[in-house]
Amino acid sequence: MNKLADIKGPVDAAGEEYAGPGGEASYGRVKPAGVDTSHGAILYLDGITVSFDGFKALNDLTLDIGVGELRCIIGPNGAGKTTMMDVITGKTRPTSGTAFFGQSIDLTKLNEAEIARAGIGRKFQRPTVFEHHTVLENLELAMKADKRVRPTLFARLDSEAADRIAQTLDLIRLGNQAGRLAGLLSHGQKQWLEIGMLLMQQPQLLLLDEPVAGMTDAETERTGELLNDLRGKHSLVVVEHDMDFVAQIADGGKVTVLHEGSVLAEGTMAEVQADPRVIEVYLGR
Amino acid sequence: MRVIAVLLRALALAGVLALATPAWAASVDPALLAPLASTKMDERLDAVAALGRLPDPLAAEVLQALAGGRLYAAGDGRVLIDTGAGAIDPASGQALPMPGDAKRIVINNRLRRAIQDALAVSQLFAAEAGQRLAAARRLQEGANESFRTVLEKALQQESSGEVKAALEVALANIDLSSDDPARRRAAVAALGQTGRSSYRPVLQALLAQDEQGAYAEPDESVREAARGALRAIDRRAAAVEWSGNLFYGLSLGSVLLLAALGLAITFGLMGVINMAHGELLMIGAYATYVVQSAFRAWAPGWLDWYVIAALPVAFVVTALVGMALERTVIRWLYGRPLETLLATWGISLMLMQAVRSLFGAQNVEVGNPSWMSGGLAVFDGGLVLTYNRMAIIVFSLLVVALVWLLLNHTRLGLFVRAITQNRRMADCVGVPTGRVDMLAFGLGAGIAGLAGVALSQLGNVGPDLGRAYLVDSFMVVVLGGVGQLAGTVVAALGLGGINKFLEPYAGAVMAKIAILALIVLFVQKRPQGLFAPRGRSVE
Amino acid sequence: MNGASVTDLAALARRPLFSPRAWAGLAATCVALALLPGLNLVFEPGHPLHVSSYAVALLGKFMCYALAALALDLVWGYAGILSLGHGLFFALGGYAHGMYLMRAIGRDGVYQSDLPDFMVFLNWKAYPWYWAFTEHFWYAALLAVLVPGLLAFVFGYFAFRSRITGVYFSIITQALTFAAMLLFFRNDTGFGGNNGFTDFRRILGFPITAPGTRAALYWCTLAALAGCLVLARAVTQSRLGRVLTAVRDAEARVRFLGYEPLGFKLFVWTLSAVMCGVAGALYVPQVGIINPSEMSPENSIEMVIWVATGGRGTLVGPIVGAGAVNGLKTWFTSVLPELWLYVLGLIFVLVTLLLPQGIVGLVRQACERIGRRRGAGAGQ
Repeated sequence: MNKLADIKGPVDAAGEEYAGPGGEASYGRVKPAGVDTSHGAILYLDGITVSFDGFKALNDLTLDIGVGELRCIIGPNGAGKTTMMDVITGKTRPTSGTAFFGQSIDLTKLNEAEIARAGIGRKFQRPTVFEHHTVLENLELAMKADKRVRPTLFARLDSEAADRIAQTLDLIRLGNQAGRLAGLLSHGQKQWLEIGMLLMQQPQLLLLDEPVAGMTDAETERTGELLNDLRGKHSLVVVEHDMDFVAQIADGGKVTVLHEGSVLAEGTMAEVQADPRVIEVYLGR
Repeated sequence: MRVIAVLLRALALAGVLALATPAWAASVDPALLAPLASTKMDERLDAVAALGRLPDPLAAEVLQALAGGRLYAAGDGRVLIDTGAGAIDPASGQALPMPGDAKRIVINNRLRRAIQDALAVSQLFAAEAGQRLAAARRLQEGANESFRTVLEKALQQESSGEVKAALEVALANIDLSSDDPARRRAAVAALGQTGRSSYRPVLQALLAQDEQGAYAEPDESVREAARGALRAIDRRAAAVEWSGNLFYGLSLGSVLLLAALGLAITFGLMGVINMAHGELLMIGAYATYVVQSAFRAWAPGWLDWYVIAALPVAFVVTALVGMALERTVIRWLYGRPLETLLATWGISLMLMQAVRSLFGAQNVEVGNPSWMSGGLAVFDGGLVLTYNRMAIIVFSLLVVALVWLLLNHTRLGLFVRAITQNRRMADCVGVPTGRVDMLAFGLGAGIAGLAGVALSQLGNVGPDLGRAYLVDSFMVVVLGGVGQLAGTVVAALGLGGINKFLEPYAGAVMAKIAILALIVLFVQKRPQGLFAPRGRSVE
Repeated sequence: MNGASVTDLAALARRPLFSPRAWAGLAATCVALALLPGLNLVFEPGHPLHVSSYAVALLGKFMCYALAALALDLVWGYAGILSLGHGLFFALGGYAHGMYLMRAIGRDGVYQSDLPDFMVFLNWKAYPWYWAFTEHFWYAALLAVLVPGLLAFVFGYFAFRSRITGVYFSIITQALTFAAMLLFFRNDTGFGGNNGFTDFRRILGFPITAPGTRAALYWCTLAALAGCLVLARAVTQSRLGRVLTAVRDAEARVRFLGYEPLGFKLFVWTLSAVMCGVAGALYVPQVGIINPSEMSPENSIEMVIWVATGGRGTLVGPIVGAGAVNGLKTWFTSVLPELWLYVLGLIFVLVTLLLPQGIVGLVRQACERIGRRRGAGAGQ
């Protein structure tokens, strides 16, 4: 961990300390509780390798995300983007390498539920809402609470929680669908519900895997606005293919390009778009 | 009938006499015959023994007549053999009518034993090795010093190794009561080498102690030899048992394999839980019964080959039933394994009841054909490897090979594997999924039918035949790994073996329970089974 | 605010346990059922209002089955865990109570000894250690609850922890009950071998076949059934119930929300086993016999079809289903016994193919259609 301890914050391609929105090197108006981010980074991935029977889905991947940052991850199919998320959320164990949430939480030693409770939330590529539950129930399930058996058995929806749910419903524009079965929503609405569920978890780190896949232009723009609002209060990692959307949310922030399981390039949107390696592998001429 | 039997016997005797007469220089010495009718047991025993030592077939005939209650004492002291149509005087070899005052010579058990021994002695020099072997074995039991000379003489003349060994053991038995410790030691060693557990009591008797702690056998070196001999016998017994377990384990494994193979195809490759699988086994067994009955009625001469005819019949019948099942019920339930489970359970209830109505609720008799009856005796008769089990072991391996060929080297097999991995994609590229489903299911069912034929040869055939094998079949498939033929083979043979090796320690029921528990624990550690499908699975 | 207000939401969230109509229906049914033994006791046979003792006993038995079906619905309908071995818990509860009942025979058995007849027959001189204290009713009652519960807890812990789901789990539960059945068939196990326990004389001092005792047992069963129905409803309507159905639909997703499915499944699995054990304990004195065939895989699978026929995931459905299927069984086995297995098999096939929502689902659909037609007719 020694070499990572020296990093105060992410550095850009020129090696200079990166300035976040507002030009300040320190992040986060709200200091996340429980996660030790005294060194400014909320996620460290160091030398992660994931090998399936010889095929390396991730190959010595090293990456870190700063507190309050919105990082975009792009790259061709098969680059390992989803596998990286699997490793972070505990679905897949890396063959080698370390993954830390904050300074002290070793992600390779926890299971999915523990990682979720620690403060990492994930939105999947395809909407995975609970189809036989209503919108309200979906949000209630996701809500940050004591998720052990006994407290859940005796849990009641108090006014504070109802308030939070109402706010989220407002945000995801499903206020008048609260009692509707989630399976009956449209694709875009399901995506939004899932984002809402993610927000209800109140995670410190949000992982979004292609959040605007299948959305209309209007919905896409709306999503971009939402993510921009979240930046600073939460740390976000967004995997996307839609370059316009990436441009909308990158907003001077860092973009990481993955290729064949490791980081190919990192920098602002403009830098990455100009990088010849990236052009060859992904963006095209 | 009786007249014919008597006439035949008379003819045979006459024949013997006719053939044998020129070879005799003399007939049986009357001095040996007279004591047979004496009242003193010792004299009679001696006479019997002496007759036994004579090479004359007529002497043997006398002894056999005595044993059979056909030897008579005439008033004038002559001893006559009753031929049913008269009598023969062994002293002269002449036939004559039975005198009116002739009384049957009665024997008791002791005499009977002596006669058997004497006959055995005469058989020691028989022309056929088998007869000599039997005679030598007979004489091992009644270790009598008086036989020593004749045994040694036979040993000198003997050419067959097997008979020699038997003669040596007979001599060893006599030597055990010798005064010379060296002789006793040699005898003990010889007995130990046979490995026969029947000698254990004799050897243990040597090591028995009385109240003062004195051994029955005074000489320590002989006692040592006895202990060594006992160890040898125990080792042999262990080897026999181990081989027996191996064979029966293999046999049980092959049965499990046949029973589970069909299930491995439908469950493993197609994801269909077929609770009626046991009933398919049962239908195959009943098909065999029907074929046997048909042969009995219309082709009794070919009865021995009914099993061969039953194989295709059982296959076709069960395959048809399986395909019908697939088309009517299972087709609508693909992708819903739990519903398939329930629906097929209902089908199994109906099939069982149908068989009960057709054939009755009791077991029906299905017999082994002659070429499958009997067995191979190994370890000197300690273990019998029955032919029917051997045939089934071979058969099951053949079936596995055929299935493997089918799945890996035919188009149907290719389609089945494709559908297993990605049904929708297979549909899109033009694989006729409906038809392939039906055929694959039919294949699985047909194999169950073949298994039913095998089961009919091993045990009872009744309406609940299938139930007994259902849980076991599922365990094999779960253990072996879904979708893996190799796993099924290993799991089936392994389970069969473990079951048989556990049985002597725990009894059949506890062995079964232990195995179920082991499987449950194993699946905890390794849910994919022994041979898990490799690579990233699509969840 | 776009759409819902806070109070609307709170109202949505604060669901009552049962709607007032449902409470009324439940109460009415309970009262109606409770009347029957009363009618049996009060009126003489021959009176038009008399209910035969046979009917009382039969209904009592059906209610025990209904309770078992309810227990199974909790795990299958709501948590998606198909157990093909629930009969084991039922039987264990039955055997636990049976031990007390065997003790209660006292010296009235064939051999007039302190030991039960089957032990005398096997030349046993004393009770085995696991029979200790079973002469006390409360201890036997405790066993009827603890033994199935503990077994379920241990088994469930290992099974759910290794994430065995779906079909594999079902097959293993089947193997479990099969193994237990084999074990109980042995005479050495000390539970009566293949004859089991029978020839009971009295319970808590009362003669077991007296109409009064039967009525009391009936009422206890009715109370247990109603109570467990309310309890099950409370569990399934709570947030835990919603987590469970989420686990049923998409277990992996639930993990990512921060819930550990193991604890939730284990809770409902153990609760279900305990309920089943209680059902078994109430069953044995009413039926008068318990033997290892109660543990057979066939019995457990039949329980599943009760739930499926009634409608899984509805709590009321399995109760209806248990009554319907067993009613059919009673009728057929007395009138056309050879046909019963065909009918049962057909029920399995038809319910899975054509009636996935069960009877309750059918009724609901019918009500909806009537409602819509009525609404359309009123020109809404």
